[in-house]
Amino acid sequence: MTHSISYWKTFSNVLRRDLKVAVRNKGDIFNPLVFFVIVITLFPLGIGSDSQVLTRIAPGIIWVAALLSALLSLERLFKNDYNDGSLEQMLLSPQPLFIMVFAKVLAHWVLTGIPIIIIAPLLAVLLHLEEAAYGALIITLLLGTPILSLIGAVGVALTVGIKKGGVLLSLLVLPLYIPVLIFATGAIEAAALAMPYAGHLAIIAALLTGAITLTPFAIGAALRVSTN
Amino acid sequence: MSKALLSANALTCIREDRILFDQLSFDILPGDLIQIEGPNGAGKTSLLRILAGLSRPYDGCVEYAGKNIERDREGYYENLLYIGHLAGVKGELTAQENLDFNLQMHGDHCDNIEAALSEVKLTGFEDALASHLSAGQNRRIALARLWQSEVKVWILDEPFTAIDKAGVSELETLFVQHIDNGGTVIFTSHQDLQIGAQRLKRITLDYNFY
Repeated sequence: MTHSISYWKTFSNVLRRDLKVAVRNKGDIFNPLVFFVIVITLFPLGIGSDSQVLTRIAPGIIWVAALLSALLSLERLFKNDYNDGSLEQMLLSPQPLFIMVFAKVLAHWVLTGIPIIIIAPLLAVLLHLEEAAYGALIITLLLGTPILSLIGAVGVALTVGIKKGGVLLSLLVLPLYIPVLIFATGAIEAAALAMPYAGHLAIIAALLTGAITLTPFAIGAALRVSTN
Repeated sequence: MSKALLSANALTCIREDRILFDQLSFDILPGDLIQIEGPNGAGKTSLLRILAGLSRPYDGCVEYAGKNIERDREGYYENLLYIGHLAGVKGELTAQENLDFNLQMHGDHCDNIEAALSEVKLTGFEDALASHLSAGQNRRIALARLWQSEVKVWILDEPFTAIDKAGVSELETLFVQHIDNGGTVIFTSHQDLQIGAQRLKRITLDYNFY
């Protein structure tokens, strides 16, 4: 007989291991962040310093850059585990798969989402974002970036067995990111015009709740299919 | 009711339009030591992956203690240890961290990691990153779980790959101990067992051309 460990212990074990692996593999943390910073700094250089134009497009630029940098970092989520066999071992563990999967996605968000949330307000200065919109920017990123990780993980889980799954992954995942993009930029624009934006936030929060509750099961099922 | 621990019922596996095996049935009893043989590409790994529930057979099913493994995954996986071609060892973690994680996720004892690593001759390498160790040592990190494991069914795909001669005979001794304790070992290998050869049962897969 084996000694089963609690759900919480399973969750924290996987989370801790993933964070440890990422910290020892520094490129994993910095690549998406550097990409995010470079993309955003290129816009003022390319468009010119006309502050009105920049203010107008700032929310869109920040969110599109966050979206692309999330996409860039997604492959990491399961690819290495797939290549060295730890994914197989995870699927064979008696612990519930959705808990382990959720821990892995949370680790991914901590490593790619949180740095973006921290640095986005600084980059917003470059884009002359309306002062009133900073709060909305941070809240939408806080609510929105976990959705990017969760939905992206379903795509990665489906394509992990394919050698060159990168293009397929973007085709699968980007359309699903569109609602987040629309409502997040909508909220920031509304805030810039001093209009209420609670409705936008509520929709993003609803998307987040749906993603948290449903995607771990979808990711688990997709992983079983991919390793078949 | 048979007392079979694991039974394969009419398994059929098709890969790339080729039938690897058709209507394959067998029962595995406690105390069985089973070597799956056959030429390269005969479907040994496919059979092991189906038995472990990682792949789905084209037809047929695998039962553990009379229950279909797809219906009762958790119950089966509490009693299964599978080590495949890939060791499942992370290069960024140390030998100790790898073993600790693998043991915990499978609910095995993990009080004495250092003793477990000394069983596989990795004393002194506890804090070395697995990526700095050799292929054989990486394999040994994965195999160290066998010494700590209390589960019944061991499914091992080419366990002797990259392991030295002394290591192979230690593993063979461990296999015999395990089947004496009522467990079962199913493995593939192109080598012949030295210890425990008389208790060995073989399942031979042929390379079919149809």
